[in-house]
Amino acid sequence: MAAVSGLVWRPLRQVSGLLKRRFHRTAPAALQVTVRDAINQGMDEELERDEKVFLLGEEVAQYDGAYKVSRGLWKKYGDKRIIDTPISEMGFAGIAVGAAMAGLRPICEFMTFNFSMQAIDQVINSAAKTYYMSGVAAQHSQCFAAWYGHCPGLKVVSPWNSEDAKGLIKSAIRDNNPVVVLENELMYGVPFEFPSEAQSKDFLVPIGKAKIERQGTHITVVSHSRPVGHCLEAAAVLSKEGVECEVINMRTIRPMDMETIEASVMKTNHLVTVEGGWPQFGVGAEICARIMEGPAFNFLDAPAVRVTGADVPMPYAKILEDNSIPQVKDIIFAIKKTLNI
Amino acid sequence: MAVAIGAVRVWRQSRILGQAALLLLRRPGAQGLTISHPHRQQEQQFSSLDDKPQFPGASAEFIDKLEFIQPNVISGIPIYRVMDRQGQIINPSEDPHLPKEKVLKFYKSMTLLNTMDRILYESQRQGRISFYMTNYGEEGTHVGSAAALDNTDLVFGQYREAAVGAAYAAKRANANRVVICYFGEGAASEGDAHAGFNFAATLECPIIFFCRNNGYAISTPTSEQYRGDGIAARGPGYGILSIRVDGNDVFAVYNATKEARRRAVAENQPFLIEAMTYRIGHHSTSDDSSAYRSVDEVNYWDKQDHPISRLRHYLLSRGWWDEEQEKAWRKQSRKKVMEAFEQAERKPKPNPNLLFSDVYQEMPSQLRKQQESLARHLQTYGEHYPLEHFDK
Repeated sequence: MAAVSGLVWRPLRQVSGLLKRRFHRTAPAALQVTVRDAINQGMDEELERDEKVFLLGEEVAQYDGAYKVSRGLWKKYGDKRIIDTPISEMGFAGIAVGAAMAGLRPICEFMTFNFSMQAIDQVINSAAKTYYMSGVAAQHSQCFAAWYGHCPGLKVVSPWNSEDAKGLIKSAIRDNNPVVVLENELMYGVPFEFPSEAQSKDFLVPIGKAKIERQGTHITVVSHSRPVGHCLEAAAVLSKEGVECEVINMRTIRPMDMETIEASVMKTNHLVTVEGGWPQFGVGAEICARIMEGPAFNFLDAPAVRVTGADVPMPYAKILEDNSIPQVKDIIFAIKKTLNI
Repeated sequence: MAVAIGAVRVWRQSRILGQAALLLLRRPGAQGLTISHPHRQQEQQFSSLDDKPQFPGASAEFIDKLEFIQPNVISGIPIYRVMDRQGQIINPSEDPHLPKEKVLKFYKSMTLLNTMDRILYESQRQGRISFYMTNYGEEGTHVGSAAALDNTDLVFGQYREAAVGAAYAAKRANANRVVICYFGEGAASEGDAHAGFNFAATLECPIIFFCRNNGYAISTPTSEQYRGDGIAARGPGYGILSIRVDGNDVFAVYNATKEARRRAVAENQPFLIEAMTYRIGHHSTSDDSSAYRSVDEVNYWDKQDHPISRLRHYLLSRGWWDEEQEKAWRKQSRKKVMEAFEQAERKPKPNPNLLFSDVYQEMPSQLRKQQESLARHLQTYGEHYPLEHFDK
């Protein structure tokens, strides 16, 4: 009996190995499982293993799921573990978060991820940020340039100074497409010299055109929004050491003005990007990818470097907040690293 | 709080009268923010020595008895109808007295839709189209409501909040237009329904929210979708004039929509119509409803309470229709649909250039470069592509 049960519980691989040695020389046929069934199996096994696991979503119970991924689960586990919800993604995503906070382990199913956009606030603010937030974080601060910049059909602009702000909002209002204007709240109270052209009622800053805020020859520093000011400060410090930075204010995230950036990189041979947003899948990443795809790549003397916000939800304490976004010293450090000085 | 209590009293009254009435839950004389906003009324009375509530948030009397408002789901908001299930007018004063041609147009629209549904459902099964949703049992809601609108009115098939935005724009333009937004009782659970109702009321928009309560959201029955008295009961909570109608009675749907339209435009306020009906068909071609409901239930609605049958009885009893016309029309409508279908199948596919347009109003440079690149590619290698199937 013991020997038989030992055989039964061995993994398939070992069993077939045993069979191979004793009886056959041909390999057994590989098991084929569809992705749907694999997910179903995974959920089934976890529902069985841990009674705190439950599945909720639209049509997941008796209907077996809109795509039949939860087939048979309601029949096996019943109403308490497999729950059909009303049509409110924001509702049941929030409920899933609350249940998870209180010790359950929910599987929250969106019929398709398109519908999950209804629930994005729950997924990001309630789910992603709350653990950190219950320590020290504020939840509402983050940069959305990468988020909206990702989407065809939107235009995305990011003003830095007063001239940018006026010119871009006027252009955005006149544009017949949806335009996301990423105003930075910290800049609202900052005064800037307002050139005479900007005082005209017809003054527009064109969408899709970057501005070279400072000419330079040694390195291209590309940024948008509040960090542009930090880049200019860094450039002033480095100028005293004989390093001349060319600082580009993107002004528009989408459509990005690659021509200006490329022309600059082809002149300076070095690139640093600076943004306040999170590092992964961000604006700097897009710039670096496009540099590689275009003519400027061959002009690089060193890999491009990104300076970004820290990869954490924005902390609440002032000193932590200040240190989780790029500071002048971080920009100087990145520039010197790229230039190998 | 006060609004809901008022609602209960009015519902009881209307039952006593034996008639469904549009539930008037706006404060009398409310014509806009400036004239009679309760906030301002309260300011005027603030110096009064009466022991009346002064709260800005509600206009109500005090009560000294602890009493929870009971949601009334056993006898909910009554269902307005004009015809009985045999197509006979119940209350002659509610008969819209529509001329023969108009009623025949109702009938032909509903039956043509029904015919088109059958043919297109079959064609999906045959692989000629990829996906289809039928209207079986709900033809009355579509035709009755659409017939009550003007040709320039805007129709939203979903997107409740966006519909309110459009209604607001119509009001600003003094356009004499109403926006009608259709949705099911399932979609009414979405957050944007809540936002849509609230904004329509506070922004005073000429919009009709038309809810088709057909009993199921794919497989989810109404008992799992909500616990209150359907969707009509939610309207008063937002300050919206609301009514529940028999969706299988095309005249009831017509009357309610017509009146709602007239007042929505004249008074710049939203209306909520909940049309009770039943989804006889599957939710879509991806659904098999026998998995979650009985064939008997479906058959009852198909045989005993169908909007098309009811209107046919009405037509027959007036001598405006007969079996021969029925046979001839069935043939003709089938032919119409088949011809349109075959014409559509013969049409060439859109020009490949259109792949790049309409992302923005103007084509951005990187898309234009790709469009030009494709054009060059086709110039050289076009013979390897089935370009004859595409528009030139």
